[in-house]
Amino acid sequence: MSDSATRLRRTMMFVPGNNPAMIKDAGIYGADSVMFDLEDGVSLAEKDAARYLVYEALTNIDYGDTELVVRINGADTPFYDNDIKAMVKAGVDVIRLPKVESAEMIQDLEVKVAAAEKEFDKPAGSINLMAAIESAQGVLSAAEIAKASKRMIGIALSAEDYTTDMKTHRYSDGAELFFARNMILHAARAAKIAAFDTVFTNMDDPEGFYRETKLIHQLGFDGKSLVNPRQVEMVNKVYEPTKKEILNAQNVIAAIAQAQKKGSGVISMDGQMVDRPVALRAQRVMMLAKAAHLVDEEGNYLGE
Amino acid sequence: MEIKRIATAGTLESSDIQITIAPGNNGLQIELQSDVIKQFGAQIKQTIIDVLTNYGVQNAQIKAVDKGALDLVIKARAIAAVQRALEISEEPRWEVL
Amino acid sequence: MENSLGRNLSAELLQKLAYQPYQTTDFGHPKIQRHAPMVTATTGNDKVVNSLKEVVQKTVRNGMTISFHHHFREGDFVFNKVMRIIIDAGYQDLTLAPSSLTNVMNDIVVEAIEKGVVTNITSSGMRGSLGDAISHGVLDNPVIFRSHGGRARAIEEGSLNIDVAFLGVPNADRLGNANGMNGKTAFGSLGYALIDAQYADKVVLITDNLQEYPNTPASIKQTQVDYVVPIEQVGDPDKIGSGATRFTKDPKELKIAKMVNQVIVNSPYFKEGFSFQTGSGGAALAVTRFLRESMLEKDIKASFALGGVTKPTVDLLEEGLIGRIMDVQDFDKGAAKSMHLNQNQQEIDASWYADPANKGAMVDQLDVAILSALEVDTDFNVNVMTGSDGVIRGAIGGHQDAATAKLTIICAPLVRGRIATIVPKVTTAVTPGASIDVIVTEIGIAINPKRTDLQQALAHVPGLVVYTIEQLQQKAEAIVGKAQPLQFKQRPVALVEYRDGTIIDEINEVQD
Repeated sequence: MSDSATRLRRTMMFVPGNNPAMIKDAGIYGADSVMFDLEDGVSLAEKDAARYLVYEALTNIDYGDTELVVRINGADTPFYDNDIKAMVKAGVDVIRLPKVESAEMIQDLEVKVAAAEKEFDKPAGSINLMAAIESAQGVLSAAEIAKASKRMIGIALSAEDYTTDMKTHRYSDGAELFFARNMILHAARAAKIAAFDTVFTNMDDPEGFYRETKLIHQLGFDGKSLVNPRQVEMVNKVYEPTKKEILNAQNVIAAIAQAQKKGSGVISMDGQMVDRPVALRAQRVMMLAKAAHLVDEEGNYLGE
Repeated sequence: MEIKRIATAGTLESSDIQITIAPGNNGLQIELQSDVIKQFGAQIKQTIIDVLTNYGVQNAQIKAVDKGALDLVIKARAIAAVQRALEISEEPRWEVL
Repeated sequence: MENSLGRNLSAELLQKLAYQPYQTTDFGHPKIQRHAPMVTATTGNDKVVNSLKEVVQKTVRNGMTISFHHHFREGDFVFNKVMRIIIDAGYQDLTLAPSSLTNVMNDIVVEAIEKGVVTNITSSGMRGSLGDAISHGVLDNPVIFRSHGGRARAIEEGSLNIDVAFLGVPNADRLGNANGMNGKTAFGSLGYALIDAQYADKVVLITDNLQEYPNTPASIKQTQVDYVVPIEQVGDPDKIGSGATRFTKDPKELKIAKMVNQVIVNSPYFKEGFSFQTGSGGAALAVTRFLRESMLEKDIKASFALGGVTKPTVDLLEEGLIGRIMDVQDFDKGAAKSMHLNQNQQEIDASWYADPANKGAMVDQLDVAILSALEVDTDFNVNVMTGSDGVIRGAIGGHQDAATAKLTIICAPLVRGRIATIVPKVTTAVTPGASIDVIVTEIGIAINPKRTDLQQALAHVPGLVVYTIEQLQQKAEAIVGKAQPLQFKQRPVALVEYRDGTIIDEINEVQD
């Protein structure tokens, strides 16, 4: 379910945890992951109400294959323990901890999640974790945070708090995030987990959105956090492989199949050896192509 | 369980329901406003009664203003409202969820 | 008794009103004798009457049928002014036969019913307090609902005989030459009113903009008009049509619109010279935008767009992507304004638009129609008339008529709030499932099983999920739960005509 090699995480759509209308429809826009927010998107007075609403949604609504994530309130709040318990009892796929600055924060969360799994008879290790990095300290600790637990599936940059911490703000070219993005990306890749880029909130600036999404796609991020369902399609468009990439991937996969058939350990294509990175990239291209409906279930190209 | 204070949960937004629970002395009395009362009135009331019964509440006056909430929303709002009314918001009854 | 859709109808009432139950969408080729109006000859020099009161006295008698058009929509002043005079004068037993009833007309109609002034109503639809009052049995005789094409047919064949038509116009000369496109209360096409002008025994034009004789272009002609009444203001320009039409930002509507476009583009009808009709709802407008992109991409142009027109459709005309707009009404100021600028935006009357008893109506030439629905059932029957509580709150409009298109697409969300849109059986059948081809919801589409060609054409469209209509119904029910059936009294308050004049359904008094 959470295996980075088999699951696409191009889009993580934020849904305020106390909004029944948005929660009801969260599954229909084709986001790879939906993140129900109990933290910043919910006022202090409604923390309890949002928790039960998200609980009921997770246990009653059919969201299909969508990966379900809940952003809980931090350890420094009175809502932390109950958020964890409720979401573990609901059987959420991933708990996202905000404002993570150290591996210990994740390890503390893991202990509580494990205890809750036991309390509510959930299979041990069934709930995954991810961390949001929102400060200079968090960025500097990204590598250890990413490796803090076997349950970790991803690490995300949250740029609003981070840029404030850095005594700057967001610019359209994203230069202020260059270091943080690369730190987070390297931390994720070294830990073999997913890397998520931050949100882009101005819905009236589609060019800006595409510019930023192309940048993070080029850097190597798995995907992006989103604030509006209309952004899902835009991100997917950027992550769509080209025809050339797809045809090349098909050849690689055919070469692998042939090598397996021959029982040969060495895979070659057009006289050149296909090494592991090339094979992995081909698999990811085909996964993206399938998700973009550019190939059918058998991997045949559907374009003209 | 006795209702300790008047408490409300939920909003008047579309797809939500606002439930207010006040002390009462004559069983569970529900006053329901809903555009779908003809089709779902009985179910809405039953969902609220089930939640309150699970919390051991026997007497309460309940006012519910429904804006087309799904059953799961009604249950969630009833839980939030009754916990607030019983002043146990941060000591949830896990077995009731 | 039941009609061919299995809808329960009161045999007694049908017999009393000489109605046949609905059987089929096929109108066949009957020979029909048209009705002609009674004409009072004049040279035309005595048509101007300076007060509405006087013209009412000259024309209206107890028991008559009077008509209005609804082109001024929520900005209409004419209806209320005339009805006030009629009520105050103490007329009784009138039949009210407007092209449709808008919300601004509700209160005075209820008053007229309560005072016995109006005892029969026929309309395309009604909403708000009037629909509520009718559904609660305020009127003794059942309301007759007709589509725009059905109304034209009824007038032409004489089953709806209009004694006096009170027609508000944004301009007219002293003999009654008038159009809908000039003046501060312009609304564009006069499409629905043209039938009244042609067939009513007495035609009264009411205007706030008396022009030099002869006034051209003349949609309504002096040969048809008995009286011209100048008044201060016929309507509120700000409420006649919506202002600038904005594309929806609602992600659900956008998703539905995108899928509608996928259905169109992958159907056999999307080719050079195709034709289409879209409504004015959020999703329908967005379809126009996606369709534009597809037309540019595939280099395909439409021969005509039909029906109620909005600015985005006019933009396509101006861009050269549509050859003609066949315009029966205009929904926004942009569309209304462009009528006299664009030669290719042709005004058509309701008969030309949609009358089945014709030598060929525009809807018969239509390839693609995009329509909405309050409910659709597993037989593909559509309700656009009664709400989830069984109360009348809608209008047939051109729904039954446009649904005769070769590809009729209904776009509707799977559920609205806690109300399922796809249901086992619609509360009121307005448009028969036989004329519906595809239902588009935000989670996927369903194709009428009799359209095996479309099943095939749409089976492998990337990203387009095809369900059966039963699956959509079950998915809707899984979300909202099983609704208690609505309770009705055994008393019909309205009959819904199919466009051919048979009865497709009966609406009963609601039980509260």
